[in-house]
Amino acid sequence: MKTVPLCLLTIVAEAILKERLIADVRSAGAKGYTVTEAEGEGIRQRRVGEILGSNIRLETIVSPEVADRLLKLISVEYFERYAVIAYLSTVSVIRGEKYV
Amino acid sequence: MFRVLSFAKYPTGVCMLDVLRINLCSPLTLSFALGVFARLVRSELSLPRDLYTALSIYLLFALGLKGGVELSHSSLAAISGPALVTILLGCLTPVSAYLVLRKMGRFSIADSAGIAAHYGSVSAVTFIAAQQFTASVGAPAEGFMPTLLTLLEIPGIQIALAIGAFQMSAAAKANPDGTGQVARPVREIMHELLTSRSMMLLVGGLIIGTAVGESGWKPVQPVFEGLFKGLLTIFLLEMGLAAGNRLGDLKQAGLFLLGFGILMPIVHGTVGAYLGSLAGLSVGGCTVLAAMAASASYIAAPPAVRMTLPEANPTFYLTAALAITFPFNLIAGIPIYYEISKRFCS
Repeated sequence: MKTVPLCLLTIVAEAILKERLIADVRSAGAKGYTVTEAEGEGIRQRRVGEILGSNIRLETIVSPEVADRLLKLISVEYFERYAVIAYLSTVSVIRGEKYV
Repeated sequence: MFRVLSFAKYPTGVCMLDVLRINLCSPLTLSFALGVFARLVRSELSLPRDLYTALSIYLLFALGLKGGVELSHSSLAAISGPALVTILLGCLTPVSAYLVLRKMGRFSIADSAGIAAHYGSVSAVTFIAAQQFTASVGAPAEGFMPTLLTLLEIPGIQIALAIGAFQMSAAAKANPDGTGQVARPVREIMHELLTSRSMMLLVGGLIIGTAVGESGWKPVQPVFEGLFKGLLTIFLLEMGLAAGNRLGDLKQAGLFLLGFGILMPIVHGTVGAYLGSLAGLSVGGCTVLAAMAASASYIAAPPAVRMTLPEANPTFYLTAALAITFPFNLIAGIPIYYEISKRFCS
């Protein structure tokens, strides 16, 4: 089957940022996203929420341009003050036009 | 009179030690202690997150509904004085907390404002515990108290966050090397606070309760009143577990915050009891208002502070609100406010 290489951007962040991150991903041009609850610990250990908070993992498959735009935005808006990590990987998808 | 439920009924005129004993031996305090103990001995005990969410929805909705039914019996004249002093308290407590933390504790602007937002807002569980307590000592509070709870929830957070935002922007202007992150619009923050789960359930419950009155309340009473105390006991177990999780951070919080977490509530509680007595509240009403003023929010305030003042260290505000002030109020604070209220009201 013919596949197309695209970028999978994964963002793991404190759960209170969920709505803001979704809005950012949408406005950067992503066609869709998946959010799941996540557990874990990083260097900040700063979680606030029900009562002591949780994390989310937000995944979106996008073009390299959109991925770059999003990474820049996350670096400026979130990295310094919030517990957030983001990473890119290349994935092979069918129906490539669905994502860009 | 509003009595969600009562423990064994005690005659009025019991001495301070008896009052403390009554409070210590209540299922609420003991299940909270069990939660803390479970964390201390590193038990695997934990409550599912969904159960915590479900219980908090139930408690807030029950509180709103019952308060609404009681509100339908109250006159505007009876509630206007207490409402006014509650709003005044909501404006005073964040400012006093901020000044003490900034000037005496030498905390940063963000940390001072972040902690002040918690102490300006109110803890619904402390409110419920105070209501239970006043009922158990035979001095139940006025039925419209949940209305005052909703009035106190928002202004404190807003005022403290506004102080933080103004001070930070002034500091940023003086020192232009800042990162220059754009502050979030006030409209967005207000929308979040006003449409938060606790506001929806409390205000919605109050409106529904007022609309349906006593006759509409009767069929749902077994669920919202009959089960209330048992479910609250489970919730306090979860609170104990959460507070126990934070105990390790006490060292990082430091001695000043420990003293602040105990003394600030006493000061705010005394002012609350005094203003309550001026507004004509009963001893029970003054006690509950004092407990509200003395309490620190740990449901509405933390996400609001985290979003708006991310520079504030959550270890400080969560530890102070959850591991210091909440247990203090639950164990000793509420009986103290009761004694203070008795003096002001006599």
